[in-house]
Amino acid sequence: MAPLAEPPPSTTLDAPTREALAELLLAVADDEFVIGFWDSEWTGIAPMLEEDVATSSIAQDEIGHARALYELLAEVTDDDADRIAFGRGVDAYRHAALLNHARGDWAFTVARRFLYEHADAVRLEAFAHSSHEPLAGLATKMRREESYHLMHWDLWLRRLADGPGEARPRLEAGLARCLPDASSTFAPLAGEELLLKAGILTESLDALRGRWLERVTPLLSELGLPAPGTDAPDPDGRRRRSDDFAWLHGEFTMVSSSEEGALW
Amino acid sequence: MSEAAVWAALAEVPDPEIPTISVVDLGVIRGVQVDGERLTIEMLPTFVGCPAIEVMRAQIGERLAPLADEVIVKLSFAEPWTSDRITETGREHLRMSGFAPPGLGPADELTVMPIASCPYCGSRNTTLENPFGPTLCRAIYHCADCRQPFEQFKRV
Repeated sequence: MAPLAEPPPSTTLDAPTREALAELLLAVADDEFVIGFWDSEWTGIAPMLEEDVATSSIAQDEIGHARALYELLAEVTDDDADRIAFGRGVDAYRHAALLNHARGDWAFTVARRFLYEHADAVRLEAFAHSSHEPLAGLATKMRREESYHLMHWDLWLRRLADGPGEARPRLEAGLARCLPDASSTFAPLAGEELLLKAGILTESLDALRGRWLERVTPLLSELGLPAPGTDAPDPDGRRRRSDDFAWLHGEFTMVSSSEEGALW
Repeated sequence: MSEAAVWAALAEVPDPEIPTISVVDLGVIRGVQVDGERLTIEMLPTFVGCPAIEVMRAQIGERLAPLADEVIVKLSFAEPWTSDRITETGREHLRMSGFAPPGLGPADELTVMPIASCPYCGSRNTTLENPFGPTLCRAIYHCADCRQPFEQFKRV
């Protein structure tokens, strides 16, 4: 990237607030990165050709969002976006536990995607009003792209819920696996108070979780499907890692770890 | 060096994926700043994850290199690029390459358009096949009149 003419906005923040901002950016970037890689696992084997194109396109969007977020983070921590994305061990990732599970079958993918996409929509809406201008600008742009994802997964949820044969039982099973981790996207961050004070977050994670429930619960109820509970998320929701994720980590770091400093 | 000369040079830089449209008509240039021998171009990405961004940046840098000692092409999200930024000329150039231009409508209401005008025969007797296509910015339609599949530059 060419150097910017103005000093980066994060340099005006005190060190603890900058650390809190870095924690937030890492969490969101890891979410987008990991869901993007799980989506890409469908390339070539989605239930039908049109869906193959759609899921692959969505995967590309998410990896692109992750990249932009890692770049914002790299600017805050004076690091390198590629190193952050590919240079960490399994335990250093901070994505929500909902994204720990392997791709699963198509119905599981739809269930998780529906829950995640609405969580993402809620936080992007909040970030669009963030006092950290680079985040506000990026979130405003990302929201426009994510609106297509939302329509897509809402449609699939309805389609499977009302579908014949094994569609609905499989969707119910997928949802049942997702629900215990569904609220992990809003798991607490150590620096939340500082983020609120600085206006980087305009609403608490709990308030955002409330908005998310207001979005997903009516649609799930309308379809006669169980909704996520209102209990507070597991405080370790962004620290628990799984064997499934360890496998995915091996996949997405395969090129970077086979030759240090390789460019592709 | 005048700002107008920079804009004229930019108008010669094609989009890497749809070369009939220039980066100016695509609406990705937000601003040009001439500061002595330094040129700063502010560029808005069409899609955050568009792999053509770096190619576009490099092509802009190359085309402008003869005009200044230093050329900086910086990416910006200061405002979102929206498909409404494509100029009327740009929309015409899209049609000439077989792409339906993006639909128009309220900026904050994005919906998948069930119908697009066929760029080959102009018919509105078309159906949306897939809101996602071969690149992030394209949707796939089919024209029932000329029986031709075609792509639309997505409204975003």
